[in-house]
Amino acid sequence: MSRITTLTRLTAATGFAMVPGFAMAVGTLEGTVEKQATNWTAIGMFGFFVVMTLFITKWAAAKTKSAADFYTAGGGITGFQNGLAIAGDYMSAASFLGISAAVMMQGFDGLIYSIGFLVGWPILTFLMAERLRNLGKFTFADVAAFRFAQTPVRVFAAMSTLVVVAFYLIAQMVGAGQLIELLFGLDYFYAVIIVGILMMVYVLFGGMTATTWVQIIKACLLLGGATFMALMVMAHYGFSLESLFAESVQVKTALATADGKTPEEAAKAGIAIMGPGTFVKDPISAISFGMALMFGTAGLPHILMRFFTVPSAKEARKSVMWATVWIGYFYMLTFIIGFGAIVYVLTNPNLITHDAKGALALVGGNNMAAIHLAQAVGGNVFLGFISAVAFATILAVVAGLTLSGASAVSHDLYATVVKNGKADSASELRVSRITTICLGLVAVVLGLAFEKQNIAFMVSLAFAIAASANFPVLFMSLLWKGMTTRGAVIGGAIGLIVSVGLTVISPSVWEVTLGFEKGSAPFPYTSPALFSMTLAFVSIWLFSITDKSRRGDQDRDGYLAQEVRSETGIGAAEASAH
Amino acid sequence: MQDSMLERIANSPSYKALRGKRLRFGWTLTIAMLLVYYGFITVIAFRKDLLAIPMGEGVMTWGIPVGFGVILFTIIVTAIYVTRANREYDDLTAQVKREVLK
Repeated sequence: MSRITTLTRLTAATGFAMVPGFAMAVGTLEGTVEKQATNWTAIGMFGFFVVMTLFITKWAAAKTKSAADFYTAGGGITGFQNGLAIAGDYMSAASFLGISAAVMMQGFDGLIYSIGFLVGWPILTFLMAERLRNLGKFTFADVAAFRFAQTPVRVFAAMSTLVVVAFYLIAQMVGAGQLIELLFGLDYFYAVIIVGILMMVYVLFGGMTATTWVQIIKACLLLGGATFMALMVMAHYGFSLESLFAESVQVKTALATADGKTPEEAAKAGIAIMGPGTFVKDPISAISFGMALMFGTAGLPHILMRFFTVPSAKEARKSVMWATVWIGYFYMLTFIIGFGAIVYVLTNPNLITHDAKGALALVGGNNMAAIHLAQAVGGNVFLGFISAVAFATILAVVAGLTLSGASAVSHDLYATVVKNGKADSASELRVSRITTICLGLVAVVLGLAFEKQNIAFMVSLAFAIAASANFPVLFMSLLWKGMTTRGAVIGGAIGLIVSVGLTVISPSVWEVTLGFEKGSAPFPYTSPALFSMTLAFVSIWLFSITDKSRRGDQDRDGYLAQEVRSETGIGAAEASAH
Repeated sequence: MQDSMLERIANSPSYKALRGKRLRFGWTLTIAMLLVYYGFITVIAFRKDLLAIPMGEGVMTWGIPVGFGVILFTIIVTAIYVTRANREYDDLTAQVKREVLK
């Protein structure tokens, strides 16, 4: 146990700033991070995963000959496979470790997060998925720019894709570095470089085919591991949620008593995990944050891209169906895992400590909740397994992000804007590979640069931008005849600029990252989406109806052809012809 | 696609049926989803004590079944849409194609 005592002392001595406020605790891996002793079981299992995925990449590389193979795996993925891959693309290590930690610390509030991450999927299914499949080829810009002037809309879509990808990628890289340092005892520097190299190898050689299979395998491992943990916890309580919750409340009450609370206060603190707590500071933040999560899901470029990998609208529908099932199931598991951590981890005096402010914390940081629980229910081998799964999870997510960023540059900017749609498949493929290398390098450099920064806001920012820039443009172009190029570009740009701007002057960046005085943030709410997304919709409408240009008439006239193709898929066959 | 064919498709009764059904059904379920989710968020924003009410003698509160209920609702409405769409829309689409492409 000497390792743990040293760690406890280290944690207390270094006193890393804990996550400021729960609202930002989920989505990125933040908080106290301590390097662990090298964990050979975990490294061995991860090594096995890497070898397996490299073989898949080799197999995929042989199949990746054209730009279509690279971007969409030739359109030959089935709905079920794509559903798993979407789930693998969407369930990040941050949401696994972050949400289970949030449930452990705050109980019910963790569930509010999970629900936010899930509710965007039906909207995507009901109004967009089939139409996307019928209209698009490689990127969501294919759909957003379908009937408009190509250059301005593509440039906007590529910019907003790259911005979303950049923020999401930084969050993942920093999270990866910290997590690997934590789980494997590897230096942050090497951890980030390993993630960068593996991600480049998958995407560079195996394109969408390799990325898809990495995501599918990761989704199966993550779902399997989480199921096992939840089952072990539930079995211990005779599969009665009531007994699990009752004991959790007792543990929380005892912890509060130990912290010097009076019996009444302690009892209140204990039962607080069973209902909504501090998650909602004010109603506007609650609604705004809910909108960012819900509509952001329907605007994430790396998720939208996955709809072009299936051969038909029917398979696109099945994809979202399965994705929703797996993601919903996963979030139910994380809730049980979080409560499992209360009874198994918070009761182990070797695992709990106090941070610099005197608040209760876990050894190695609160995000270790699921990891410590893995050890408690499955021993060292299972701990190694879950650690390896967490690493694999990050790889699958960054590979998807890189592919989406690369396609925005090579397909939207190079092939369509620079080459005016006349680029041959070979040169487009070459540009996407060069872009992949550049993005890999940029991701590593940013990952290293942001190591010590507080980047907790970045995932919520990525969702807010996706909800405020990509979603309104895509949604309106699909369903509103009156939209014009001018409305799309100005409205989308306003959504992008306002969502980034308001985030900068919100507490999570203004006070936490930039270090201004607490309470001084000019924009007081958690998320900008309520304002930036509404503004984007209003601007799209306003700048479209006032557009009297000839291009505007052309855009409106083009709606019928777009509508017929989006409803029936007639004319879309060549998108997946092979 | 030529304009004449476009007109033919757009005016065909099966195309109109397909489009009408998809729009109505899609929006109905969208509105249901929005009501459920923002209903949940509104309760949390304004009356969070409602979700902390115990269900019985034990510690279980109404918040737990409501929260899990929102997750299950999300999965179920998606399943309903996909099942109906897979049964009806593809047949209708095939019919549109038969009518206009012959």
